[in-house]
Amino acid sequence: MSEHVISEIKRDHIMNLLKEGRREDGRGVDDIRDIQVTAGCIESADGSARVKLGRTEVIAGVKIIPGTPFADTPDSGVLTMGAELIPMAHSSFESGPPGEDAIELARVVDRGIRESGMVDVKQLCITAGEEVWMCFVDIYALDYDGNLFDACNIATVCALRTAVIPGEQYGKGENRPLPVTCTPISVTSVKIGNDLILDPNFDEEMISSARLTVTTDDDGNFRAMQKGGRGSITRDELSLCLDRAVEKGEAIRKIIG
Amino acid sequence: MSGQTDMILVDKKGMRIDGRKTDEHRPVHIEAGVLSNADGSAYLEIGKNKVLAAVYGPRECHPRHLQDPTKAIIQCKYNMEAFSVSDRKRPGPDRRSIEISKIIAEALERVVLTELYPRASIDVYIEILQANAGTRCAGLTAASVALADAGIPMRDIIPAVAAGKADGHVLLDLNKEEDNYGQADVPLAIVPSTDEIVLLQMDGNMTRKEFDKALDMAFGACHEIYEIQKTALKERYAVSKEDDGDE
Repeated sequence: MSEHVISEIKRDHIMNLLKEGRREDGRGVDDIRDIQVTAGCIESADGSARVKLGRTEVIAGVKIIPGTPFADTPDSGVLTMGAELIPMAHSSFESGPPGEDAIELARVVDRGIRESGMVDVKQLCITAGEEVWMCFVDIYALDYDGNLFDACNIATVCALRTAVIPGEQYGKGENRPLPVTCTPISVTSVKIGNDLILDPNFDEEMISSARLTVTTDDDGNFRAMQKGGRGSITRDELSLCLDRAVEKGEAIRKIIG
Repeated sequence: MSGQTDMILVDKKGMRIDGRKTDEHRPVHIEAGVLSNADGSAYLEIGKNKVLAAVYGPRECHPRHLQDPTKAIIQCKYNMEAFSVSDRKRPGPDRRSIEISKIIAEALERVVLTELYPRASIDVYIEILQANAGTRCAGLTAASVALADAGIPMRDIIPAVAAGKADGHVLLDLNKEEDNYGQADVPLAIVPSTDEIVLLQMDGNMTRKEFDKALDMAFGACHEIYEIQKTALKERYAVSKEDDGDE
């Protein structure tokens, strides 16, 4: 994600616009792009969602299978998340096992979902200590135009909300919806020069120095954060990002319903 | 971060299980220049954490395709020894260590004058010998001292510490029990001369008020740890001067 060169002309243009509080695509600094969600689009998955955030597009699929619980949580189901930046999505992505960008992406999305308690893992127990439902979320970037963090967060949330535990397929009781409790939403800001903007596109992301992803729950409390990038942010800038994360998180929650 | 235990982590007097107050960090010990082969090194203990950091470079960048013609790159490897935790940890990199290595390298890039060494690599190795919560902060704190010990030009050195929440109290520098059974963890690293934030993560559940309090505590503790880092470097320098005198 980080080894792509943006021309000086483009960089200057974006920065000059930002001085007037404007962006190339006409958005203001704290505007997010249009969100389109197609939930339940993959029949072979137990839950799925394809999400467009502007020109960025990702797909998340859920597979739920019986498995052995972890020794320290014998009566809880298991939730794992993976992300792949496949070559289809951008010329800078290469095939092969997930690199550090994909791993960070998956772990930041995972943290928001996990820490919010969105999936009630206690209800995924089949036989305590022996068998539980294991819920795998796999996310693929399809078209990359910046801000995969928020696109993947929305796709994961929407996929989990449509997910059904396939009890009948495995002879483990009736099919039932995956128990979900809330809607954790991440909001990502990046810093360009001394400006902070929300939901960066590819060019904006490439010239940014620092990134901050903040995940809130339904009550506007903080559930996960991740600062990334080689630059730094001040405490005042952090404070602004937190305010925006609460406000826009609420807005995104309304959009995805 | 299960958030559930019968254990009382903070008693009625505001005292923690290891005898600390809520806003107190564990004792920190840092020693610079502890390895002979590395260009720079540091050993750090914070509470029961024991961490070694070593720096090699600037040196030729491998693999070559990572070279940057305008500056040096920082490559960091954070690694936990198999015996560092109560169950044996499977050796080798996992997703957690890859993420931690990435964010530590990014934090260090803010202070190292990488533009002085085009095409080079500065390699930072962090080995967690014993883990007791807060290892990424301990590793970054030690790595900063090791970089300075290697004589690499830097704008400042980076201290790091975590704050968090357990038993409903905002706490500084969580220990293992507080981390396991607590409700939130906020690792922070700053550039002390400017108070810029170069590493920040959070997981758990916090209100804005709790988060701001945690951040205040962590900022204060970072400045304290910064003084310990500087003392370690000064002590290292004092020793090497003595050695020179003897010859």
